[in-house]
Amino acid sequence: MTATTAQTAVDLKATRAVGESLWQTALRRLRRDRLTLLAMATLLLLATLSVLAPLISDVVLHVDPNRTDIANKFLPIGAPGHLLGTDDLGRDHLSRLLHAGQISLGIGFAAALLTMTIGLTLGVVTGYYGGAVDDFVNWIITTLDSIPSLFLLLIIAAVLSPSPGTLVLVLASIGWTGITRLVRGETISLRSREFIISARSVGASHWRIMFIHIMPNLFSIVAVTLAINIGNLILIESGLSFLGLGVKPPTATWGNMLSNAQTFFTKGPHLVILPGLLIVITVLCLYVIGDGIRDAFDPAMKR
Amino acid sequence: MIKYTLRRLIQAIPTVFGITILSYLLMTAAPGGPVRALTAGDPRITAQQREQMAIRMGLNDPWPVQYLRWLLGDDWMRWDADGDGVADHAFLIPLDADGDGVPEPPGDRLGVIRGDFGRSYYARRPVLDVITERIPATLELGAAALLLSLTLGVPIGIIAAVRRGGGFDNFTRVMSVIFNAVPVFWLGLILILVFGSWLGLLPMGSRCEPTLTGDCPPIYGRLNYLLLPTVVLATGGVAAYSRYMRTSMLDVIGQDYIRMAYAKGLRARQVWFVHAARNALIPLATFLGPAITGLLGGAAITETIFSWPGLGRLGVASVVQQDYPVVMAVVIMTALATVLGYLLSDILYAWIDPRIRFD
Repeated sequence: MTATTAQTAVDLKATRAVGESLWQTALRRLRRDRLTLLAMATLLLLATLSVLAPLISDVVLHVDPNRTDIANKFLPIGAPGHLLGTDDLGRDHLSRLLHAGQISLGIGFAAALLTMTIGLTLGVVTGYYGGAVDDFVNWIITTLDSIPSLFLLLIIAAVLSPSPGTLVLVLASIGWTGITRLVRGETISLRSREFIISARSVGASHWRIMFIHIMPNLFSIVAVTLAINIGNLILIESGLSFLGLGVKPPTATWGNMLSNAQTFFTKGPHLVILPGLLIVITVLCLYVIGDGIRDAFDPAMKR
Repeated sequence: MIKYTLRRLIQAIPTVFGITILSYLLMTAAPGGPVRALTAGDPRITAQQREQMAIRMGLNDPWPVQYLRWLLGDDWMRWDADGDGVADHAFLIPLDADGDGVPEPPGDRLGVIRGDFGRSYYARRPVLDVITERIPATLELGAAALLLSLTLGVPIGIIAAVRRGGGFDNFTRVMSVIFNAVPVFWLGLILILVFGSWLGLLPMGSRCEPTLTGDCPPIYGRLNYLLLPTVVLATGGVAAYSRYMRTSMLDVIGQDYIRMAYAKGLRARQVWFVHAARNALIPLATFLGPAITGLLGGAAITETIFSWPGLGRLGVASVVQQDYPVVMAVVIMTALATVLGYLLSDILYAWIDPRIRFD
């Protein structure tokens, strides 16, 4: 008897060494996915530079991003003392780009996290319980989705004339519908699976089923959507700020740095090109990371 | 089918109601208000005069009353029962709102329900006129962009699918991701910078040369003005349609009847474009409805960059000026277009593919 048990234990150990969990597979795949790693590194670099923007401006560049200098406006790239030149008010462009990154990235990440928290909770609860609450939330989602979101955003932005903090709330108040729908759909399909039925049969509470049994299964779709959402939100924020309804100057964001761009065409084309390029690189990295996570967690992918 | 369409239309009514209430509530909550936007920078107007203006425009009423006035009109809120031209009865709103001892004139608004969209605060003309004169420009740009995105997107998708994994497939896949990551307004700015400012080949914005009458010549006389905004508006569509078409085409290519077509000796080109592509186009029809809507709403930023005198730019400007009646009209139009767009694509789908049946 003891011998058999020992035998089984050894067998189990052996299987574990050969087989690996979904997470181990995913991490192994991610480690070999060079493009995703490159995107992660680039994003990390941009984020670090942005977070350290005040320090870099002070210690390395010796400039103040909001100090205007009318005598030195529209300096080209490589001008002495201003690595990336100066803008229409003579402010140091590099320092402003870094400070803007802080706001743009911050808004994107915060709004996406808030969106995800709302969407995940609401989606799991409505998908799991169904019924009147589900119908009501669904009606709100359909209504919100029928308004062209740009106009809704414009109206809300005009109401609040937002600071970065309120802009996060505004973006989340519009953005939660997509992920809620996604999570709700997934929850409905998980609800009737055997492992949920078995959890219920051993007396697990609704709360436990939702948060311990269903949520971990949503990880990969949520992670993918999160990465792509951050990218989309950065795009939306930049568009809103470009139209003058987002974050107001002198606080710089990559979007509002472009709001006077049409007047820079002849004097300082780099002022048009650089902020947009940073948006493109950031969003591209996030999309690539999203794709990478999807591939890493896809059980159908063999690599 | 008729029953299904009717049911969908009836279901849309509460949705459109919800949209109007929400938009109105949000808009009236905005600080400042239309009066300040209208009189901004005019030092001759006193605070008292502003207050009078707001009262006369009904802007000091509680928002539900304002909403009702917009929806149902105000000829039942303050009216003249004895026919002497002076209002003598009032409901929901005071008879003499500004407190000068003389009753305000009787209400003359009919409300949106009866086809009266009100007057633009800013243009001082009926909203319907302001809106309808903008529609041709938006349709022109939208149709051009849709045409361009389909004529580029569909063939790209087909070729990428039949040469799956090849150089063209990989190249277009990368390009579509890149173009999704480019902010529309920045792409517009760069194109204007390169083609308008540096090369001087194309105009930097607007719909045509300024004319004395304000009208534009026929479309073939100003294609140079149309080119850049069309390209900018179409990029998203090209990226999306080529991906959808590729997926759809790959589905079809794996089917038995395609193998059959090869087996009976048809040339590859004929199989792809005649047998496969026609069926692969079916799922694309579902995107057509929302696409039409998207071109209406999504054009706002493109129209703003290129100073294109369309609905989207009007909407953006009206939000900034707090011109409530115009904003509401634009919101309603785009919301209706969205609802109808989705309905249209469902019906199209059933019409093209006889296997799909409703009810």
